[in-house]
Amino acid sequence: MKRAARAAGGSVRRAALVLAVLVPASLAVGIWAGPVSLTPAELWAGLAHAQGAAGPIVRELRLPRVLLAFLVGGSLSVVGAALQALLRNPLADPYLLGLSGGAGLGAVIAIALNPGWPWAVPAAAFAGAVGAVALVYRLSVVAGRRLDPRVLLLAGVVVGSFAGAIMTAVVSVSEAAELRRAFLWLLGGFGGASWRAVAVFAAYAVVPLAALLLSGRALDLLAIGEETAQHLGADVERQKRLVYAATSLLTAASVAVCGIVGFVGLVVPHAIRRAWTPLHRRLLPVAFFAGGAFLVLADALARTVARPLELPVGAVTALVGVPLFALLLRRNLT
Amino acid sequence: MILEAHDLVVRYPGASRPALDGVSLRLEPGRLVAVTGPNGSGKTTLVRALVGLVPPARGVALLDGRPVASWRRSELAKAVGVVTQREEIVFPLTVAETVMLGRYPRLGPLAPEGPDDRRAVWDALRRCDVEGLADRSVDTLSGGEWQRVRVARALAQEPRVLVLDEPTASLDLRHEMELLELIRALVADGLAGLVVTHQLNLAARFADRLLLLSEGRVAADGAPGDVFRKEVLASVFQWPVTIGRTDDGAPQVVPVRVGYQPAAISHQPSAVSPQPSATGSDGRPLTADG
Repeated sequence: MKRAARAAGGSVRRAALVLAVLVPASLAVGIWAGPVSLTPAELWAGLAHAQGAAGPIVRELRLPRVLLAFLVGGSLSVVGAALQALLRNPLADPYLLGLSGGAGLGAVIAIALNPGWPWAVPAAAFAGAVGAVALVYRLSVVAGRRLDPRVLLLAGVVVGSFAGAIMTAVVSVSEAAELRRAFLWLLGGFGGASWRAVAVFAAYAVVPLAALLLSGRALDLLAIGEETAQHLGADVERQKRLVYAATSLLTAASVAVCGIVGFVGLVVPHAIRRAWTPLHRRLLPVAFFAGGAFLVLADALARTVARPLELPVGAVTALVGVPLFALLLRRNLT
Repeated sequence: MILEAHDLVVRYPGASRPALDGVSLRLEPGRLVAVTGPNGSGKTTLVRALVGLVPPARGVALLDGRPVASWRRSELAKAVGVVTQREEIVFPLTVAETVMLGRYPRLGPLAPEGPDDRRAVWDALRRCDVEGLADRSVDTLSGGEWQRVRVARALAQEPRVLVLDEPTASLDLRHEMELLELIRALVADGLAGLVVTHQLNLAARFADRLLLLSEGRVAADGAPGDVFRKEVLASVFQWPVTIGRTDDGAPQVVPVRVGYQPAAISHQPSAVSPQPSATGSDGRPLTADG
């Protein structure tokens, strides 16, 4: 027991140390990477004194982009971890419950209608995601007043498929240019990042993120099963609703600012579970910083590998995340 | 008196008869009550109603004289520890982490575990003889070890009442006896105990009092010797039985072989006359025959 307590303490310090290196390093790489090559001196001058050609590039393009990617990556991996516990399903990710379908449908309709308002696509994606979530929730509590995670999962998949079908229909009757735009949007990216987007997302994410981070112990109980969780003292119905609402709102907002970025919410929580701890009180904060750093690095890669073209960041997260995760799986099995 | 139920009636939506129909029960410190009965007789429903997880249509369950429905779940968890029938492991924790979950009702959302929590976990691990497994992942445990860890988690709640639903369902002879001896010892330390089991002979051996349920009703209630009557058990379980005794005097039931007679078995239990079997009907010790 004493050994276990010491081991846990050591692992927390190790996690903190790794993050203390990883997070600043990822932010630095994120600011440095891009279509225009800048020397460290130019970067510093731009960042600290807004001097030279680097000033606007660093301050107006790269910095907000990196911060947005960090916030979104952190949020998505916290959401993924929480949903995996809520649904007691290791395959759960932030988009599982119909959110991606709803958001995609909203965005594609906005792109097809092309109203010319710059926030039309994110606003429509957000509305679509929230609409899908509300519908899934409504379907899941029909039988009695309980929220049944198994029904939630089914309803999510069904609503997502339905929205996906409508989306396919809308896309297939669209013009080629719109089609490409919609396709790229669905794959996710931070090309549209701005200080305003960072501010709106940060202000919005504070409450649901705090709600999830404070639910760590309750998520430990939900993950072992509802009946046992109740016997151990958890207010299960309240916790389920809270987690569902917080994860939905966070995912909807992240879809609105950057489209659908897969894989972060699935892989980062698992990696931390395996490498450090499955206890959510520690896992969730670590997942936030690790997920943020991961997405910043993935976005840096997306901007640089095919310069001056940009790859969709969702493709990069999978390309980088899958081999990393496979390695981790193997290391833990042997 | 700690936890008691008066005249509980529970109906599930769409069911033709109540799952529980007028069941009363009292749990007291230092006494072990066993609830037994055939499959579907309402045993698990009784546990759920006792701790307020299903609302009764009539009657009331009281903890310290207050209806359990009016207790907050975290307050209830400090007084009553429940070990459920099954628990599927999705994200395996270590044994120590699992038992620490028993401290949930006493911990805030963020504060780390304190010395009291660690002491309670350590005591529970030692009491259940699983302290050597503290760092093991729970998905590597045997069935017997896993059950003892789950009991330890309930003990870490520092409850006054311990309720176990079919705790020995998947255990072999030794682990079954070990677990029940543990439960008996915990009750001797002052816990109020309730064990739900369909294993009649174990119930008769370890419990101070037996509650025999049949189709949601109380078929018999009393000391094991009073409940273990041939006619009562044969009629509740719809199978002819004989009653013997162990060396230490506990009544034991032995089902009688009757051959395959579907109609007689399922429709007229009382018409099946028990054949004299290996166990003497004069109540000679089973051990002498076997």
